[in-house]
Amino acid sequence: MTGLFSEVFLSALLFGAVTAAIPLLLAGLGEQMSEKAGVLNIGIEGMMLAGAYLGFVGAFYSGSLWLGFLAGAAGGVAVALIMALLCVRIGLNQIVIGIALTLGLEGLTALLHHFQFSRSYPRLPAADATVVPLLSDIPVIGPAFFKHHLIVYLAVALVFAMTYLYRRTQLGLNLQAAGDKPAALDVAGIDVIRTRTIAVLTTGALAGLGGAYLANVGAGLFIPFITNGAGFLGIVLAMLARGRPVWVLFGALLFGVCLSLTTAMQVAGINIPTDVIQMLPFLAVMIMLVLFGRRESLPAALGIPYERGAR
Amino acid sequence: MSSLSSSSGDKRDIVALEGVTKRFPGIVANDSIDLSIRPGEVHVLLGENGAGKSTLIGMLSGLQQPDEGRILVDGKPTPITSPRHALALGIGTVFQHMMLVPTLTVVENLLLGGPWWQRPRTEEVVARVAEITRSLGITVKLHAKVSELSLGEQQQVEILRAMLRNSRLLILDESTSMLTPKGIDELGALMRRLVEQGLAIVFITHKLKEAAAFGDRISVLKLGRKVGEIPPERFRALGEQEIISEIVELMFGKQKDDPEAVARQVRAVDAEAAPLLEVTNLTVAPTDDAPGLSSISFDIRPGEILGIAGIDGNGQKQLAEALAGQRAATGGSVRLEGSAIDALNVGGRRQRGLRYLTDDRLGEGTVGTFPVSINFFLKQIGAAPFWRSGVEQRAEIDKRATQLVRDYDVRTPSLKTPVARLSGGNIQKVLLARELAEGAKVVIFNKPTYGLDLANTLASRQRIRDTAARGLAVLLISTDLEELLSMCDRVAVIANGALVGTVENTDDARTKIGRLMIGLAA
Repeated sequence: MTGLFSEVFLSALLFGAVTAAIPLLLAGLGEQMSEKAGVLNIGIEGMMLAGAYLGFVGAFYSGSLWLGFLAGAAGGVAVALIMALLCVRIGLNQIVIGIALTLGLEGLTALLHHFQFSRSYPRLPAADATVVPLLSDIPVIGPAFFKHHLIVYLAVALVFAMTYLYRRTQLGLNLQAAGDKPAALDVAGIDVIRTRTIAVLTTGALAGLGGAYLANVGAGLFIPFITNGAGFLGIVLAMLARGRPVWVLFGALLFGVCLSLTTAMQVAGINIPTDVIQMLPFLAVMIMLVLFGRRESLPAALGIPYERGAR
Repeated sequence: MSSLSSSSGDKRDIVALEGVTKRFPGIVANDSIDLSIRPGEVHVLLGENGAGKSTLIGMLSGLQQPDEGRILVDGKPTPITSPRHALALGIGTVFQHMMLVPTLTVVENLLLGGPWWQRPRTEEVVARVAEITRSLGITVKLHAKVSELSLGEQQQVEILRAMLRNSRLLILDESTSMLTPKGIDELGALMRRLVEQGLAIVFITHKLKEAAAFGDRISVLKLGRKVGEIPPERFRALGEQEIISEIVELMFGKQKDDPEAVARQVRAVDAEAAPLLEVTNLTVAPTDDAPGLSSISFDIRPGEILGIAGIDGNGQKQLAEALAGQRAATGGSVRLEGSAIDALNVGGRRQRGLRYLTDDRLGEGTVGTFPVSINFFLKQIGAAPFWRSGVEQRAEIDKRATQLVRDYDVRTPSLKTPVARLSGGNIQKVLLARELAEGAKVVIFNKPTYGLDLANTLASRQRIRDTAARGLAVLLISTDLEELLSMCDRVAVIANGALVGTVENTDDARTKIGRLMIGLAA
């Protein structure tokens, strides 16, 4: 048992937790923005898959991780465009379209991957870590938190950028109004459709980036269905955190620890069925809902397409 | 129709309507309307619920497009394509239904609409608000969440917001219905100041007196048609009484004096009878932005109407909700027919005969998407004979609903029509039918005539009188002093969550209540 608590094991566990948390964080932040604006974005799993596939392909052929991330974000935006067109502009049911997009992208990315690579799964070279001076020398904490790819730090910085956006900017006010009382925003002279479209496209970009990170940095390869519910966990995180980006960060880290524990336990040779450990995140969801979720209310117009002048 | 050749295309009009027609499935909301709106004029639009006023406002503010006819802005035909376009044209609207985001604070709501790339200019707005509120004589809780304000306070914020925008044309849709008499006079004075500066105002009200007192020009709508107009020249030539009788003539086609002035019939309330409702030291803890209730005591005898007067937002809603069981009381007791009901929940209290007609008719009063028939039985869902073993008995429901629709004169296309599609007056009738039907003993009315047109106001008041005459105890909460004086046996005045005095409704009641309302002893 001593091996379980060794310094190396602990920092590996936490390092894995951060790596697992980043896609969830990006998906959660993206979903949060959609929900704030009144769009329940079930299609986020599909957006992540598109991001993972295009992110991998982009990085594989260009040899640049950053071009891969860019391609992943663009893939997410492309899927989000369909969502925005069908659900925001035309006003179709958000849940049905979201599920359709997710299922469609699962099949499409698996098919494309099969055409290109048949049954082989080429790997990308390991991602370069940006080592934070001084901080990375701290035992356990240093190697766990301060030896990651640059995009990890950017994702964490995004949490604070989002907080600022929601609390202090006009766009933040507009987004909340679009979710809680779109008619009020409309008569204030702001286009509700456009505001919601901006939110959905941003969600697409963040989810796509999250998917690309998952494939390129987290796994180093693409396999079909690689996201494995990460997008849905993002929806849960957004629901729990409501308007607060910092809560998404904490939630993502908690899930990250649970996911990392799954791998770490196996490495450590501890004899607990992995299925049990894989249930941990979902147990955590329910506990967190019971503890913090009871008094939370979702935006009043969440899931309801906006139609001007309708009674 | 030769509407296009009519007189509305005057050069002085900043906005003119020419033969505007708007149809909705089943009805013609506006039928070939001509209207001219000029700077320096308060143009009053009068009409019953369903006369097409809201639709007309919707087209002027860019929410809806006319099917026929055209709108001219500064003499040029201009389709008003969106609310933003309307604002850009200088048309600002205060809507009848609240257009505020409930989860944002007042100041955040006022900031909505700014360019998205800018930081919200909070300081600038706060300074301008201070300036405007001073001239309006109102106070606004800038940092309170809108959801915690009363409907009347929300309306004040909406008027304030319209003032913040530099509109050339200000549309006020039923804006006075939630204001105190003093507030209405102040609004009238403010409108006068604004039109003197060259603004045009379209003012919608059901109160003929307000129309006569504040208007320069009056257009009367009836069932989607414009049935008459009193131009300013005529307006100035006539006295207030003559104008009122002319409007009544136009609206109802029959002559009468001020139709709201119904003489109160003094009924003898048996002073010996045991009170039906006794409230002793009822206390509710205050929340951040709403006053609580402190030690409220009163009783109501059978057949008596007790009025609660006061400026909106002084605890009226809290009182009604605490009595109905919708809000937890922190102290005191409520006795119905001599037995305490403090431990009973909403359903239990209703069962015992305590009924509450909310002022929030569409929000908590009805389920808008449910058909009219089901809304009659919302509070009896699952109960026989309308439900048996959990199964809806369509025939029973329709039979009883048909009867209620007839008895309460609900104007609905069918029993299956979603209740939200009815006009305000008819929604109120559905609520009246539901709450007053069998078993009622004590009825609480919260602003029962708010936003209703004259005919429905009079009908609702008669319902309330009839209710008391049947021997029920009635608590009538209203911000309309005339209404209270015309109906109540006694009037209690509420201020800051406490009853500051109770006045018998005798000849000098008006001044006594007035003194209590502004904080002087009676």
